Amino acid sequence: MQPGPTSTPTSTSTPDDDRTVRVEHLTKTFGSGPHAVRAVDDLNFEVRPGRVTGFLGPNGAGKTTTLRMLLGLVSPTSGTATVGGRRYAEIARPAHVVGAALEAASFHPGRTARDHLRVFAPQVGVPDTRADEVLALVGLSAVAQRRVGGFSLGMRQRLALATTLLGDPPVLLLDEPANGLDPEGIAWLRGFLRALAHEGRTVLVSSHVLSEVEQTVDDVVIIARGRLVHASPLGELARLARRRVEVASPDAAALDALVAAGGWAVDDVRRGPDGATYVLLDVDTPAVGAAAFGAGVELHRLQARDVGLEDVFLQLTAPPPGAEQPPAGAPAPARLDGAA
Amino acid sequence: MRAAVVAEYRKLVTTRLWWILLLTMVVYMAFIAGAMGWVLSQGQATSGTGDEVTLSPQEVVRTVYTIAVSLGYVFPLVVGGLSYPSEVRHSTLTPTYLSEPRRGVVLGAKLLSGGALGLVYGLAGTLACVAAGGGVLALLGEPTFLGEASTWRTLGLSTLALALWALLGVAVGTVVTSQVAVVVGALAFTQFVEPIARVALGQTSWGGDVAAYLPGAAGEAISGGSFYASAGMTGGLLTAWQGLLVMLAYVAVLSLVGRATTLRRDIT
Repeated sequence: MQPGPTSTPTSTSTPDDDRTVRVEHLTKTFGSGPHAVRAVDDLNFEVRPGRVTGFLGPNGAGKTTTLRMLLGLVSPTSGTATVGGRRYAEIARPAHVVGAALEAASFHPGRTARDHLRVFAPQVGVPDTRADEVLALVGLSAVAQRRVGGFSLGMRQRLALATTLLGDPPVLLLDEPANGLDPEGIAWLRGFLRALAHEGRTVLVSSHVLSEVEQTVDDVVIIARGRLVHASPLGELARLARRRVEVASPDAAALDALVAAGGWAVDDVRRGPDGATYVLLDVDTPAVGAAAFGAGVELHRLQARDVGLEDVFLQLTAPPPGAEQPPAGAPAPARLDGAA
Repeated sequence: MRAAVVAEYRKLVTTRLWWILLLTMVVYMAFIAGAMGWVLSQGQATSGTGDEVTLSPQEVVRTVYTIAVSLGYVFPLVVGGLSYPSEVRHSTLTPTYLSEPRRGVVLGAKLLSGGALGLVYGLAGTLACVAAGGGVLALLGEPTFLGEASTWRTLGLSTLALALWALLGVAVGTVVTSQVAVVVGALAFTQFVEPIARVALGQTSWGGDVAAYLPGAAGEAISGGSFYASAGMTGGLLTAWQGLLVMLAYVAVLSLVGRATTLRRDIT
């Protein structure tokens, strides 16, 4: 039942288009010898145009390294990462094909927002007037002449996005674009990304929090410790959630017998002066209700417990049970975050 | 390549560093040239060994007009030297290599744009020396030789030598990628290490030939005027052509080292 790291990407039957992002057997090892860190480990997935794809994993899972290999900034140890079948370095005028925003800090603080864009305009191959157009697109027109050093994180995110849009690229790779945005900014970003995908672009958005992109993405690619753990449309991810039913009865002994007779897996049981409460796995409320009615057991509560996608995400990316220490490249598992 | 050069040029001129350094250089060079114009024309210069040195009027103007090459080359060196380290410091290498994944092209564009800005520094620094130094000489009633072609040739070569220093700076910056290290290193080397090395080597029988190949001496050789040689502190210079080739060799070697090491690194 535990969905292990055996999930494979959907079969690659559809023909590639210029906007398809494909990662095949991608591996990156930093350093060498006993201190080598395998940041990305035989990773395979593809990202299709016209959809927003969430690239998810806990911090240190290898998301940024994967994106940097796609963009030719980091050279893979083995495997390939391509856009439209070509490596980034092989694409003539790449900023016309791929727009990438990797970190919100990639600005010289002494340069104005407009000058930052004007620096890159010649190589992207667009006139300087395009700088003002993209500033308007991301809502930064009012601060075009201000130095980036005084920008908030949210403004830097918008400027990074503006930089990726200079060449009007059909493929967008955005690393944690929602970091530092306020709720209003996140809502804006959501609509913006949806509109870009609606125009037929390929949009890949990385995040370490599923809930942050849950309302934006069509597909998810989930990695942990450098390996793919799940790739599917978002809807299929929901099906991985284990159903849970909470059932309570004042007659603890009768409920014990009912659960034993039903053969249901028990997630949790609490006993008290007012009877017993069970949490059952992989069963739904009609089944439990019918069995209780048939056995004449009095129930005080019968309730389906929704398991959020975030829980599925945490299950998928949690280190395998029994692992003494996380494999190289994986920092503390995301699960521990809540316990801090 | 043209687009990459425009991009690199815009990087240089859209921050404040270039004109702050340029202004500092002009003021500093004008002051030194004015002072040297007065001192040298009085025939009071003493050599490092205490011997009296007298210069012909022509040698005086040449030394004064090329003071920027002798003492002011740290400015183009630093402005060029920060080209790559400033991108490292502010993580702007990511967008740089995204817009031009061919890293050799990026380096070439940095050298060309740095050289172009170096010409601006060369011109401004040289003109500052001529204006201040020549002005002082004129006030003292000394000849300025500004009507002679050979003087203008010296001024042109002085500009070229200073531009080469900016080029050398870009190359240094690809090997030393820390901003602080570049600035401290440039100041220490140009103001302390190399002058002492040149004087010390000049006192030995064999060292003078070696000292002529140090970058500061090679730069002076291009312009033909040497504050150090005029002051009697060091041995002779190479010819202008030899100096030019030595400077270009430094640029080429450092650029190749940078290309083979720093520029091959993963940008993480």
